[in-house]
Amino acid sequence: MILPWLILIPFIGGLLCWMAERSSATLPRWIALLTMSLELALGLWLWSQGDYTLAPAPGADPVWAVEFKLAWIQRFGISVHLALDGLSLLMILLTGLLGVLSVLCSWKEIQRHVGFFHLNLMWILGGVIGVFLALDLFLFFFFWEMMLVPMYFLIALWGHSSSDGKRTRIYAATKFFIFTQASGLIMLVAILGLVLVNYNTTGVITFNYSDLLKAHLPAGTEYLLMLGFFVAFAVKLPVVPVHSWLPDAHAQAPTAGSVDLAGILLKTAAYGLLRFALPLFPNASAEFAPIAMGLGLVGIFYGAFLAFAQTDIKRLIAYSSVSHMGFVLIGIYSGSQQALQGAVVQMVAHGLSAAALFILSGQLYERLHTRDMREMGGLWSRIAYLPAISLFFAAASLGLPGTGNFVGEFLILLGSFAVAPWVTTIATFGLVVGSVYALIMIHRAYFGPAKSDTVLHGMDGRELAMILLLAVLLVLLGVYPQPVLDTSAATMAGVQQWFGSAFSQLASAR
Amino acid sequence: MELTSQHFLALAPLLITSVTIVVVMLAIAWRRNHSQTFLLSCAGLNLALLSILPVLKITPMSVTSLLQVDNFACLYMALILIATLACVTLAHAYLGDGGTGYPGNREELYLLILLAAAGGLVLVCAQQLAALFIGLELLSVPVYGLVAYAYFNKRSLEAGIKYMVLSAAGSAFLLFGMALLYADAGTLSFSGIGAALAATGMPSLMAQLGLGMMLVGLAFKLSLVPFHLWTPDVYEGAPAPVAAFLATASKVAVFAVIVRLFQLSPAGSSGVLNVVLSLIAVASIVVGNLLALNQTNLKRLLGYSSIAHFGYLLIALVASKGLAVEAIGVYLATYVITSLGAFGVITLMSSPYKGRDADALFEYRGLFWRRPYLTAVLTVMMLSLAGIPLTAGFIGKFYIMAAGVESGLWWLVGALVLGSAIGLFYYLRVMVTLYLMESSIPRQDAPLNWEQRTGGVMLLAIAILAFVLGVYPQPLVDLVQHAGIHLMG
Repeated sequence: MILPWLILIPFIGGLLCWMAERSSATLPRWIALLTMSLELALGLWLWSQGDYTLAPAPGADPVWAVEFKLAWIQRFGISVHLALDGLSLLMILLTGLLGVLSVLCSWKEIQRHVGFFHLNLMWILGGVIGVFLALDLFLFFFFWEMMLVPMYFLIALWGHSSSDGKRTRIYAATKFFIFTQASGLIMLVAILGLVLVNYNTTGVITFNYSDLLKAHLPAGTEYLLMLGFFVAFAVKLPVVPVHSWLPDAHAQAPTAGSVDLAGILLKTAAYGLLRFALPLFPNASAEFAPIAMGLGLVGIFYGAFLAFAQTDIKRLIAYSSVSHMGFVLIGIYSGSQQALQGAVVQMVAHGLSAAALFILSGQLYERLHTRDMREMGGLWSRIAYLPAISLFFAAASLGLPGTGNFVGEFLILLGSFAVAPWVTTIATFGLVVGSVYALIMIHRAYFGPAKSDTVLHGMDGRELAMILLLAVLLVLLGVYPQPVLDTSAATMAGVQQWFGSAFSQLASAR
Repeated sequence: MELTSQHFLALAPLLITSVTIVVVMLAIAWRRNHSQTFLLSCAGLNLALLSILPVLKITPMSVTSLLQVDNFACLYMALILIATLACVTLAHAYLGDGGTGYPGNREELYLLILLAAAGGLVLVCAQQLAALFIGLELLSVPVYGLVAYAYFNKRSLEAGIKYMVLSAAGSAFLLFGMALLYADAGTLSFSGIGAALAATGMPSLMAQLGLGMMLVGLAFKLSLVPFHLWTPDVYEGAPAPVAAFLATASKVAVFAVIVRLFQLSPAGSSGVLNVVLSLIAVASIVVGNLLALNQTNLKRLLGYSSIAHFGYLLIALVASKGLAVEAIGVYLATYVITSLGAFGVITLMSSPYKGRDADALFEYRGLFWRRPYLTAVLTVMMLSLAGIPLTAGFIGKFYIMAAGVESGLWWLVGALVLGSAIGLFYYLRVMVTLYLMESSIPRQDAPLNWEQRTGGVMLLAIAILAFVLGVYPQPLVDLVQHAGIHLMG
């Protein structure tokens, strides 16, 4: 019964926040904080209790650490089917943690309509947790689309319009919504296609993951259906030709929105690939792998080059996410256990480091009221702590050893090398480009001549605590990633088996 | 054919509605009283709705060769009666009480709505071309009056005349088509036509032309592209509760009869006509959504959006097998709920009548901070129209998509995806307007105590229904699943 509560708690908490707005402006913040802390605590409790050697693998009925099932729409064999394994647990922990942080980082930033803001924030997180738990494809799609609405409101109502006034927050929010919704509908068509193909062979209409895993698909159909899923995930990840919503959404979103967007929402796409696209369509995915890895490669360099050219600090971080997700895509489609594990670590590490960078740029914005790096410069001497901490996270973002990002990228490259040496070699150069934009960000914002001599107020306890927590976690992940690796090992082993056997079939067929 | 009491029972909803019409008419002649007329109409409609329950026990039953009362008809009768009931309730709020509100005679509006509803009931039971035509005219003619009901408002009058002329043209097409079809098939009943067309293998040119012309006439009523030109003007000019009726009860009835026609004479929708239907579907989806993009008038926007929605519905009509009839039922039910909600908010915003309706988008700017619950209702409706999960509209769209995928209509499914993506833009635009900061432009709002009046209660119930059906659609699915068409005429 704990799984539905994991989803319901944020929804109920959000409604309470809205109701509490009438009595006081700070009460919603405390309720939201409490809600997300509870969520995080439940996640940690599950981590300590559960047996995460249980995970779906080919050849047998999937087993899960925790499972919940309730009939929903019998007409189509749709049920509320939730289940937890190591991968979902890690993502839920990340969601809980970043949920707490996004409440904290809006503590001073958001002053208008506090209750409604937290309603939206909580509902996004509830939807995301639903995505990470859903095992019924209809339910998955349901949550996948549902989290868009509050995110839209978050950007459209509390966002910032760009300084030149050309890109408004509503434009960014609408673009985000249309991109994800349209691609989501393509996924829905693919889901329906899969269900009907399964229905035609077995005579049972079902949206259940474990039943659909056994569906026998003709090769051409499998490839088309896989593409339907891939398009939706590619938009959300984002993969380069369909990434253009991301910089706009990030730049215009409030800090909490950016934190959730980069930290969690992008991860739903990687999660979707690992949970659905690869196991459901292993053969088509193996066939598609070179293209996906190529797209990943393009993403790494395209993201890095565009990040380098940005003047808006949040757009820079947004493009760096494109670049980092390129590594994740390569790791996922390499199909080696090491690289898959690396992709998981990279997802967690990027969640932490991108969240930290967005929180830091939010704090800068609160002090300077601009995100334009041309108007920064010389901040090192004007703000206490913040520049040094930024330097740490910039270094983490470029993959400095000792941080989680290094472990992730290293494992991805190491694992992929055996499968695709050329792609891996080229991707390695992405790390070099990565360090260029990370350092240029630090250089433009914090070094050089100061624009003014007034000292800005330093970081207060709340700000410092958030950032230091992220820094500690990132270093912990960097020096001792074993707990995370252990948790996701079984799930990744399953994915690897699906994918590996498809790869060997493909190789023998050639 | 001898009429027994069973036959009268089967016709109970229609008969009760007709009796209500007479009673309301006599009551108006006896004493003009707005509330009394409203209560009488409501009571009659409720009785008619309740009488569907005993009817369900004796279905399917053929009442003369004109009407066929089966579960399918019962579902759509219920839908029409509920929609009419909602429109009547909205109209009561809209016309206002005592000295405020609508300055002319208020009572005849109820009479006209009831008449139109009776026409709708005939239409959904029709199993023969003559019944189709009678029903359609009974539905349309009172609506001319309804659209022009605020006749001292230029727009309303213009809309009424426009609707009358174009609708009459549509009826002419329909009649001509029927004549050609009769000349070819030699019978007026749907199943007879189906049998005659199937017997010849390939429908003759005359039959195809006849069906095509009938399609033109019906497409006029459903405002499908390219016969949609009247829609935005009429929606804009008609008083808000009338626009709600036009968008829901009237269109549902016409669509139901098309479904029955094509199910009973499947040969009619094969070959060239199928291609034409597909083209109309794609054109309606694309054109409807594109034209809605830049509207600043909420009623016009809803008009264009309804064009697109009936384009989506045509996909299921083209599919016509497997899930299709069920998908149409679910989609129409969710669409009725959603449209009633959206027009309901407009009605309450414009209540009591003040010369013009609050339909400009800027009047809704920042509504959330003044009327949070009313805004929540409109938000749910916009999300539902856009087909976002947690709302009834999503279930409808899911069904249509399932029907399309099942029949392998990839182009139409593609158009659905494209149309939804375009549609999102303007639904979101409306939605975000509601939450923006307030403007200083003078505006009119719903009365502060709108929730405590009948119209408000009804609206909240609709919003809750739209949400509940989005989360737990099983009851609706069960209901629609049992509402199959009785194929043997």
